[in-house]
Amino acid sequence: MAGIRIDMKAGADFDGFRHALRVLVRDGVAPEDVVFAAEGAQDLFGAPVSGEAPPVALPRVVTRLIADVVCHRDHERYGLLYRLVWRVLKGERALLDVASDPLVYRLQRMQQEVRRDIHHMHGFLRFRRVALEEGEAEGFRAEEKERFVAYFEPKHFTLLAAAPFFTERFANMAWSILTPDGSLHWDGKELVEGPPARRDPAVAGDGFEDGWRTYYAATFNPARANPKLMAQHMPRRYWADMPEVAAIPELISSAPSRVREMIAREAAASPRRTPEKALQKMRDDRPKSLAELNAVIAASEPLVLGAMLGATRAVLGEGPTDAEIVFVGEQPGDQEDREGRPFVGPAGQLLDRALAEAGLDRRSLYLTNAVKHFKFEMRGKRRIHQKPSLSEVKHYRWWLMAELEFLSPRLVVALGGTAALALSGRQVSVTKMRGRQEFPPFAGFLTVHPSYLLRLPDAEAKAGAYRAFVDDLRQVRELAGERREAA
Amino acid sequence: MDEKLATKLGILADAAKYDVSCASSGAPKRKAGKNGLGATAPSGICHAFTPDGRCVSLLKILLTNYCLFDCAYCINRRSSNVPRARFSVEEVVRLTLEFYKRNYIEGLFLSSGIARSPDRTMEEMMRVAKTLRRVHGFHGYIHLKAIPEASPWLIEEAGRYADRLSINLELASGASLKTLAPEKNDRTITHAMGQMHERILEARDERRRFSPAGQSTQVIVGADDVKDAAIIRRSARLYGDYALKRVYYSAFSPIPEASVLLPAKAPPLRRENRLYQADWLMRFYGFSADEVADSGEDGMLALDVDPKLAWALKNRERFPVDVNLAEREMLLRVPGLGQRAVERILTSRRHRKLRLDDLARLTAGLKRALPFLVTPDHRPVSLIDRLDLRQRLAEPAQQMSLF
Repeated sequence: MAGIRIDMKAGADFDGFRHALRVLVRDGVAPEDVVFAAEGAQDLFGAPVSGEAPPVALPRVVTRLIADVVCHRDHERYGLLYRLVWRVLKGERALLDVASDPLVYRLQRMQQEVRRDIHHMHGFLRFRRVALEEGEAEGFRAEEKERFVAYFEPKHFTLLAAAPFFTERFANMAWSILTPDGSLHWDGKELVEGPPARRDPAVAGDGFEDGWRTYYAATFNPARANPKLMAQHMPRRYWADMPEVAAIPELISSAPSRVREMIAREAAASPRRTPEKALQKMRDDRPKSLAELNAVIAASEPLVLGAMLGATRAVLGEGPTDAEIVFVGEQPGDQEDREGRPFVGPAGQLLDRALAEAGLDRRSLYLTNAVKHFKFEMRGKRRIHQKPSLSEVKHYRWWLMAELEFLSPRLVVALGGTAALALSGRQVSVTKMRGRQEFPPFAGFLTVHPSYLLRLPDAEAKAGAYRAFVDDLRQVRELAGERREAA
Repeated sequence: MDEKLATKLGILADAAKYDVSCASSGAPKRKAGKNGLGATAPSGICHAFTPDGRCVSLLKILLTNYCLFDCAYCINRRSSNVPRARFSVEEVVRLTLEFYKRNYIEGLFLSSGIARSPDRTMEEMMRVAKTLRRVHGFHGYIHLKAIPEASPWLIEEAGRYADRLSINLELASGASLKTLAPEKNDRTITHAMGQMHERILEARDERRRFSPAGQSTQVIVGADDVKDAAIIRRSARLYGDYALKRVYYSAFSPIPEASVLLPAKAPPLRRENRLYQADWLMRFYGFSADEVADSGEDGMLALDVDPKLAWALKNRERFPVDVNLAEREMLLRVPGLGQRAVERILTSRRHRKLRLDDLARLTAGLKRALPFLVTPDHRPVSLIDRLDLRQRLAEPAQQMSLF
């Protein structure tokens, strides 16, 4: 077949290449018989490829490679790509796996260069703030009525390929990126392409640009100066539009003397300071009383997930601070959250009754919860209790343990598995472990949570479980008595 | 930006620069919606490089350099004469946002001296992160330095706003810590690392947010007499026990306000480099801590050759290996072959028998690898047994000199 010449549009002509590729494959044109005229060759005669041809099925890695390599500035890029595609279609489906093949090697290097250029653009492009023009402010919130402009000279035709990065992170800003190959304008909603541009010396930086230079200079460590390594990572071609590089010559030239000075300088005596008081104060900074701890808890935000949805408050422990027995429940419920007191809902009322039957006076006990906030899910207008997760329980564990340290009770009673988890730091089965326990450093006792009794459907089972619960509480009373006598 | 703020920025950036970590990697992919600002790039982005060749990715500053601690290696210790400054929460927030909008940074790396108390300081750092996230819808990267001496619940809350938390071990041995950083305590530090590790794992299981990019730490090299082997074994334990993302090694560098406890001299940069290479061998090349630690002499890594080459020279009986037959594990141990080169060799050789000129396209380190490799057209029998192989492959000793 006679030679075919295909004119490509300037820049990364992905669509043009795809169209040409389909036609060439349809017509079975071998790579030797086609010349792609990329930029710089447009004055030659070209034979436009005509008609529509069906899509060509290619492995995804190949299409990905094409998308990258068309951005390369090498004039031979389309021809090389077509040679690759030809071989892939002629039986070498896995050609890209063979990185040692000279053609693959060359194309993958080009791909890498393009990707690196995109990466450089993401890193080294600098915006400058300019005043908004008339009419542009529409659609932006008052504090966002500012506009940013960047001028950048990419090594390859990477402007469009690099753009999603900027639209994602600067979605609510108005900005323009100008390059010698074309420009992009973003108004917060839409990305518009524009003509090539030149560096505009009239656009100046603001105070934050000076601040950035200050930062850049201060974060440099002269004792590690290595300008070669810097230039390797930050190629000079990008320097013209980076405000911080103005600081570089001075930083490099002064580095040796700064280091000599640091090494030569004798360690100077410090001004007389007496830090003992400050250090003591620092050590005393932890909450020093239960009241102080409770103030910290009350001021904290809920750490449970559901609680973010509605207004909840920390429900603190309640009871005499010299109580011999501390009861630890799971977490406040709906009613507890409303009233700000522990164990006042249905489960709390059941607990009151059982305590009385077991001969324990609630007013002599300290009642608290493992988790201090109500975790719930909205179902219609009702807030439905949700079991706190492992990490939520552990988040609150620090507070519970600090609380117990202030109380130092003779006995700690865990009501249910969550309380036992919080007290012991690990999962505990209530049915298997019910009874006496150690919750170091405290002597403990594990029984069910009263809400468990409420949930039993069968009246007979309920009555039995209630009797067992009261029995447990009697044991708790006896155990506390034993420990009092032992002490 | 007024002059006062600029002065503070100068002081508090200078004070923060001895923390080498500046990575913005590992965060889950996310981007701001209409009312927010910022996004993350999972592998991180460097926005500039300073003349020390190091990457500037985050705005790395201290909240304040007033400090109650007196750690000999630190420029901000309470007995140092450096100028002091302190940012307000709002100032840090503003600097972060304005720098971010100009595409100078990926986000914020906030650390602090212990001013007033660990709790107050930690709380204020946490408030910076929280304000950025909640008030300004900031989706960029946030790395917070956790203060192990602070109350544990503050770390619990900080983890909800930060992408990465870190605590610096600073000195690899508890004994050095005692002499050089009297207010610090090895157990307090590892305990806090353990707490963060547990929370990170649970959060991952429960699909909630807690320091999603993990935790890292820094060890200073050359301020005490701890040997490389001990540092490497300590690192291996840190990776194992707390699943740290990174252990950073920082060559102790002279500071303007030196302590009498420490010698003022140029930082041991090559030693630092060797430790990083050793660290890589453990994390990506299948070497055990002992293999790496024992590759040198007297507990110190060789300075003239990298630890992988040092290991190969000590284990010559395991070479040469056949490029077309050897398993991945062994290819990874060939000096000069990087991880990516090994992967390329493995995929290429399924389709072709690899010869020398093929290899030259698969790795840039062929020259170093030659004595250890066999291909159909290359057999280095005499080379591998040469007594002067080490001299032939070693880097010239003066290469890393300062200027």
